[in-house]
Amino acid sequence: MNRKRWVRWLIFAVIVLIYVWTFWGLPLSGIKETAGQITRSIFRGLFHPDWGYVYLPDGEDLLRGLLDTLAIAVLGTFISAILCVPFAFWASANRGKSRVHSGTGKVILSVVRTFPEIILALLFIKAVGPGSFAGALALGLHSIGMLGKLFAEEIENMDAGPTEALIATGASRMQILWFAILPQVLPGFLSYTLYRFELNVRSATILGIIGAGGIGTPLIFALNTRHWDRVGIILLGIIVTVTLIDLASGYFRRKLA
Amino acid sequence: MNGTPTPSAALPKPPRKLKHLLTLVLVILLLWGSAHRIEASFGRLFKGLPNMWDLIAEMFPPKWTYFDNVVQPMLDTIRMAIAGTTLGAIVAVPIAVLAASNMVRSPWIYQFFRIVLNLLRTVPDLLLAALFVAIFGLGMIPGILALAVFSVGLIAKLTYESLETIDRGPMEAMTSVGANKLQLILFSVVPQMIPYFISYVLYTLEINVRAAAVLGLVGAGGIGLYYEKTLGFLEYDKTNAIILFTLAIVLAVDYLSTKLREKLL
Amino acid sequence: MIELRNVSKIYPNGTKGLNNINLTFGKGEFVVVVGLSGAGKSTLLRSINRLHEISEGDIRIQGQSITAAKGVQLRRIRRGIGMVFQSFNLVKRSSVLRNVLAGRVGYHSTLRTLFGFPKHDVELALQALGRVNIAEKAYTRADQLSGGQQQRVAIARVLAQEAQIILADEPVASLDPLTTKQVMDDLQRINQELGITTIVNLHYIDLAREYATRIVGLRAGEVVFDGPVSEATDERFAEIYGRPIQRDELLEVAQP
Repeated sequence: MNRKRWVRWLIFAVIVLIYVWTFWGLPLSGIKETAGQITRSIFRGLFHPDWGYVYLPDGEDLLRGLLDTLAIAVLGTFISAILCVPFAFWASANRGKSRVHSGTGKVILSVVRTFPEIILALLFIKAVGPGSFAGALALGLHSIGMLGKLFAEEIENMDAGPTEALIATGASRMQILWFAILPQVLPGFLSYTLYRFELNVRSATILGIIGAGGIGTPLIFALNTRHWDRVGIILLGIIVTVTLIDLASGYFRRKLA
Repeated sequence: MNGTPTPSAALPKPPRKLKHLLTLVLVILLLWGSAHRIEASFGRLFKGLPNMWDLIAEMFPPKWTYFDNVVQPMLDTIRMAIAGTTLGAIVAVPIAVLAASNMVRSPWIYQFFRIVLNLLRTVPDLLLAALFVAIFGLGMIPGILALAVFSVGLIAKLTYESLETIDRGPMEAMTSVGANKLQLILFSVVPQMIPYFISYVLYTLEINVRAAAVLGLVGAGGIGLYYEKTLGFLEYDKTNAIILFTLAIVLAVDYLSTKLREKLL
Repeated sequence: MIELRNVSKIYPNGTKGLNNINLTFGKGEFVVVVGLSGAGKSTLLRSINRLHEISEGDIRIQGQSITAAKGVQLRRIRRGIGMVFQSFNLVKRSSVLRNVLAGRVGYHSTLRTLFGFPKHDVELALQALGRVNIAEKAYTRADQLSGGQQQRVAIARVLAQEAQIILADEPVASLDPLTTKQVMDDLQRINQELGITTIVNLHYIDLAREYATRIVGLRAGEVVFDGPVSEATDERFAEIYGRPIQRDELLEVAQP
């Protein structure tokens, strides 16, 4: 009993220490005096957006920026959904594999997941030049980490019965995969891919900040040049697009379940 | 088989495969259109790959001595994550209660807060950071605020969803002894929710540590600034040192947080 | 037809699953294996098509040793042995027809089966479904069928496989008494009409007496009874089980 109380106090002390360290000397100064004014400007921009920017005949407008963003997300999601499959089978802990074997796969996936897409985008820009393609490659590589993990869990939760039945009919390994495993895991795979697509649309909106294409580029430009009404219309565009994609994707995912 | 064949008239017609075919065609069109739109091509990728290899080659060996320069920004990154998550968690509590259909009677109120939460979660944290940098100027403050706003969206959503599934037994017991609404929440809801809530906060902290590591790219403090600095000066061995450092910190935070969450639930 | 010689199975943890089993099953027999759970019924059945490896001895299927077979040879032997499972083991999201066609994969190269089956196979599968009276469900998803119907699909899969031997591991354990009868009737009819050797594990002894031409009793991995139904009296069952028959071991009594 005494010991338990002691542990509680220790935990409490550690938490207090962490918070003292966190907030001690946090630079609260240095806030611009214009903060309030700019906030008001941004809100005014949100409610009086630059509608003219939605479509411009000679390119570089909101619709095309959003279209690029979606294209980056679609391609990035596709790349990762294909590339993650072998990793998922590697990392799944059933089908009579050793724990070391699947554990290695899991560690690799979590390392991949740890690399932020924006850093990967910086690297891909060095390889294929700035633009949307670098962004799509970055999303594709980064998403392998999460999709691979989700796919692996889907494989682990699979019913082993059909596999057993296929072995008993004299099927080869590929035939077992095709007739017993894929039909079971494919709907789950598709559902997770759609979910990842939702996240990738969000991620794709920020890639432009470092020059990897999409709506982020004009947004950061509008922010730097203080075109608040343009910031407003771009933010609205992003919010509407992401919401619509979420709704559509959610609808398809419910149909798959 | 040598038995009597079944009369084929009794057999059902195979279903049309048109729907599947159409879906497939649509998906292919979507992919092709996207690839066309962003000028993706294997040619470009293969041409770029040697550059990529050169870059990776230059990253090794990592410049370990650069650690001394980035320890302080890394600590700042962690502080930003903790501060942002805490702020977000505090704000998330009342919002979660207001968004839960078993806490608030009027569907107008809880639906309103759900829509607000959904809208909050449409804006990625790096974008929020860019906005806050425009408002408050460079530094950790816009970073912390961006993480806080993002955390509100996530924590409040997870919390209200599990609020709606809590056991009603203790609540009814409290009502039967004549407790008022506030007492009800304090003595029957809070004890049930605390482990879940802490678990969500820790989970959000994991995400925020990752996010905080890149906020510097838009000038919102932390280690992210040094990615751009070192890449800009083509000092890839230094970049690699930062990447490995970040990786180690993120994995360590993930590990600690996961262990704590397992203990809680 | 099927020969088990000195077959023993020892699990990694040291327990003996099967202990020096010697059995021979002839063509067209309808054998029911009875015994308490854990007596080794399932292990015995799964050893015959080598879903379980045995530790000692040899099992021969029509003269060929499945114990020594490898790769293609093993798959060829398995192709001749159909199996029906307690939990049906269908791919629930696939159509009934596709599940039945899975029985045909052993006859074709992997590549051939990826791009659809020959017409002959589809006809064979539909015929098999007709034989168990659910041809009209061919394009329904398997998970929309009742348990009894699913088990009949599994039997159709075995028929489409054109197996000479059917192994059924507790095929009615997840079914209600009425569908139990239907499934057992299907198995019996197929056994009699097509002369397929059938080996069934059963929990209910009255069911065993009703359908079997021969009963094998297992206890602690050893054969303690092997003979025609007429010899399988209540007294002999009491010996097999090591105690008098209990009510839940009789289908009619357990589920009136």
